[in-house]
Amino acid sequence: MTHSGFLLNIILWLPAFGGLVLLWMGGEREAERQTARKWSLGITVVTFLLTLVMFAGFDPNNTGFQFVTDIGWLGGLKYKLGVDGISVLFVMLTAGIMPLVILASWDVEKRAAEYLAAFLILEALMIGVFVSLDLFLFYLFFEAGLIPMFIIIGVWGGKRRIYASFKFFLYTLLGSILMLIAMLYMYWDAGTSDIVALMDHEFSSTPFEVMGLELGAGVQTLLWFAFFASFAVKMPMWPVHTWLPDAHVEAPTAGSVVLAAILLKMGGYGFIRFSLPMFPVASDQLANFVFFLSAIAIVYTSLVALVQEDIKKLIAYSSVAHMGFVTMGIFAANQQGVDGAIYQMISHGFISGALFLSVGVIYDRMHTREISAYGGLVERMPVYATIFLFFTMANVGLPGTSGFVGEFLTMMGAFKANTWVAFVAATGVILSAGYALWLYRRVVFGVMTNPALETIQDMNKREIFTMIPLIAATLYFGINASALLDVFGPSVAHLLDGYTAAVGAPDPILIQSGGEGAVAAPAKSGAAH
Amino acid sequence: MEQLNLLVAAPELILAIGALALLMLGVFRQNAAGASLVMWLSIALLVVAGLVAYAADEASNTAFGGVFVSDGVSRFAKIFIFFGTAVTLWMSRDYLNRAKLMQFEFPVLVVFAALGMSMMVSSGDLIALYVGLELQSLSLYVLASFRRDSVRSTEAGLKYFVLGALSSGLLLFGSSFVYGAAGSTEFTVIAEHATGDHTNIAMVIGLALMLAGLAFKISAAPFHMWTPDVYEGAPTPVTAFFATAPKMAAAVLMVRVLYDGFGNAVESWQMIVAFLAAASMLLGSIAAIGQTDIKRLMAYSSIGHMGFALVGLAAGNEAGARGVLVYLAVYMVMNLGVFAYILTMRREGVLVTKISDLAGLWEKDGFAAICLVILMFSLAGIPPLAGFWAKWYVFQAAVEAELIWLLLVATVAAVISAFYYLRLIKIMVFDDSEAEFDTPMGREFRIVLGLSAAVMVLFVAGGLGVTQMAADAATLYAR
Repeated sequence: MTHSGFLLNIILWLPAFGGLVLLWMGGEREAERQTARKWSLGITVVTFLLTLVMFAGFDPNNTGFQFVTDIGWLGGLKYKLGVDGISVLFVMLTAGIMPLVILASWDVEKRAAEYLAAFLILEALMIGVFVSLDLFLFYLFFEAGLIPMFIIIGVWGGKRRIYASFKFFLYTLLGSILMLIAMLYMYWDAGTSDIVALMDHEFSSTPFEVMGLELGAGVQTLLWFAFFASFAVKMPMWPVHTWLPDAHVEAPTAGSVVLAAILLKMGGYGFIRFSLPMFPVASDQLANFVFFLSAIAIVYTSLVALVQEDIKKLIAYSSVAHMGFVTMGIFAANQQGVDGAIYQMISHGFISGALFLSVGVIYDRMHTREISAYGGLVERMPVYATIFLFFTMANVGLPGTSGFVGEFLTMMGAFKANTWVAFVAATGVILSAGYALWLYRRVVFGVMTNPALETIQDMNKREIFTMIPLIAATLYFGINASALLDVFGPSVAHLLDGYTAAVGAPDPILIQSGGEGAVAAPAKSGAAH
Repeated sequence: MEQLNLLVAAPELILAIGALALLMLGVFRQNAAGASLVMWLSIALLVVAGLVAYAADEASNTAFGGVFVSDGVSRFAKIFIFFGTAVTLWMSRDYLNRAKLMQFEFPVLVVFAALGMSMMVSSGDLIALYVGLELQSLSLYVLASFRRDSVRSTEAGLKYFVLGALSSGLLLFGSSFVYGAAGSTEFTVIAEHATGDHTNIAMVIGLALMLAGLAFKISAAPFHMWTPDVYEGAPTPVTAFFATAPKMAAAVLMVRVLYDGFGNAVESWQMIVAFLAAASMLLGSIAAIGQTDIKRLMAYSSIGHMGFALVGLAAGNEAGARGVLVYLAVYMVMNLGVFAYILTMRREGVLVTKISDLAGLWEKDGFAAICLVILMFSLAGIPPLAGFWAKWYVFQAAVEAELIWLLLVATVAAVISAFYYLRLIKIMVFDDSEAEFDTPMGREFRIVLGLSAAVMVLFVAGGLGVTQMAADAATLYAR
């Protein structure tokens, strides 16, 4: 396995190497900028091809970790990498989105080399999050990603970039340090920082009281909340989502794409990798708490999205709503729910990425994101209108697009766990159709009132080319869902086996109102934990 | 016990004899060339002492009948103190030449201060501790007011002297209580009597007073008041010196007193140190936000960082000692890098210290800006930089000691302090440029800044040997 572990190391470090070379080359002349663009595109494409090679050698039926590297590191920690069915797809998503991000940054003139270098380094750090199998290695990549993103928003962002970048950084940092403390405790308690070993380690779930507050699963509850603090902010979940609209609005287009398509997925990935398998008792007990927040996120942020004046902000709120489906699915803790959550994250990666790219297309021409500044675009930009319609529909969750599969599966999983939350979430689907279609109507249809729009050009070849892979992926995974489900299904099943073994019931969360529960999930015994 | 074991104290002897010889040399060659020669020789002397300390035995050895101790902890501290001091001397040449302050007393005083520090970290006895501390402090008082014609500088020196004398008095007073309770000034004997059962009230009073005195020396809140004024008023190279080697010496001295002398009575002092840590972290991070002068900012930053180091000390275990050593080592390297740049912030020949003067640095000097950004992220404790690992080690110790509340305070403080480090980054990288600094930046500053930033980045690959050395040293306190 050393040979294949080597491949994963290359995938991880190639973008970082490319970024450092770019920093060293620098250059402010047009020829140098062009070299920088081609270099970064080359690096990201090669990285993606390497992930394809890795995927070809990946065995989905093996639920363990593959392509493992395991060597000693600082202070008793390990430099351990590997992928399972869940993480391999996130690695591929990251590597697949990055070339498009580079293409979307083609017109950036201000310090182009540094800009692209920041993205390449960010790519390495994001891949690192998904492949680390050591607690602190994970933390390192998770946190270090803040640095390039902070600089990307702060230097190349919009008018309120300083405010947005600070908010983004400090918000995320607070959650993360709490997680760090929990990790230190886990390291001390289990004597290892190896994620695989920690999944088998049972953290105490004996209840105790802290300042009069009963903790149902004792230490596990505390650890669960510490991790929750970090992942919920990253996700982001209501009510700690407020950094996201600001960051999205102020970030440059490519930054928004990375943020929506990949960075947000780290929170969900963290829940699946850490919270569920390591703190099963706490996850089980707190599932209803997460359902509550998810339901609010889905409905409330959809309503907020409805009244936005700014296109990017609207899509940002829609992201929060879609992430609500993800958290709901994860903590339903059954095969459909977790499958759906992963599916939703990957599909949201394509769709939200494409939506932000679409906003970028018109922003580059008009330099405004106000919805009211647009209208009647269909007359001047037919290609754009078609592509934007496609992704609007995918965002709504039209059957046939990948957005549908994820939403459907998460709701099915949630229905088995808690009927009410599935009921509330279903209204979110209706609301999402509302805000997305209304946005489309206001921007693309209607009368062209803004005279500046009369000379607007349709998408150029580069922009269309950027969209094609996303359209293909959205359609293909919308029709052929098993292409993805077969990859992560076995790993999810394995994860849930461990979960149910710890929680002790096939269907851990009881439905509060008896009537529907009997229909939804007849088999349940260990309800009273 | 009767033996002198002079070899154990070889670095100190080299420094003491060398400094006295340099003093004579300076007296007989009273001109700028002579002072410059003394400067170079002082740097050489410190480097030699550092190499001798590096070559020293890691095992515990005593000299002068147990008064002087040499072991892994003192070796670790001495290596950093001597090399750090040599670097600050190297960086102060440019300033002294420009300010026409190149006098032979400056390097000689710095060497004496280094001698005092190395005696502090090697003390095995209350008297030795006090002598070492005073040798260091007296040299530092003079250095703070070295710009005799500047009101700020003399004020800084006077303020430092008055408060320093008070803290020395407290320390001495506490020592006398401890001596009364234990019947000896040796740490080994004190450790036998200080068992933490609180039957001996004199021991407790003595411990508390000594802690107050020591807290003054490492500028932990609420004994920090002198720090911002002294940092701001002292000549900048002296500030750079204050912020580096003496911090290491004072923190290791605290390890010596608390672990060697009161190692059996951890619960007697754990809460005191934990409180000092919490107060320093919060004060250092909150008070720094409003600062506009970079030297004052670095003063508050150092208070905050001492708080984080004290988190490790408060743990009172082996991991805590290791954490303190790693923290201080990383902190020293970071601060040397930052001050290397502060020392070159001059416009039309005059040093400027406003934070806003850094605006748009990225446009003007990309290398310096990238190095400083790395250093700032490291000071804020963002992984994978060395500043994160420093915090990792002290937090690890605190988890082992189950000081969870202290860690929560540390969390809040780390986030607040991240804000002002980010603000510096924002000013350097996001803001538009203002007037340029004088060019070019001297070679020594560029080297120190670059090396320091490189250490921050490369630390993640195995800790550059520092973590291993600290861990080996801390085995002294294994239980």
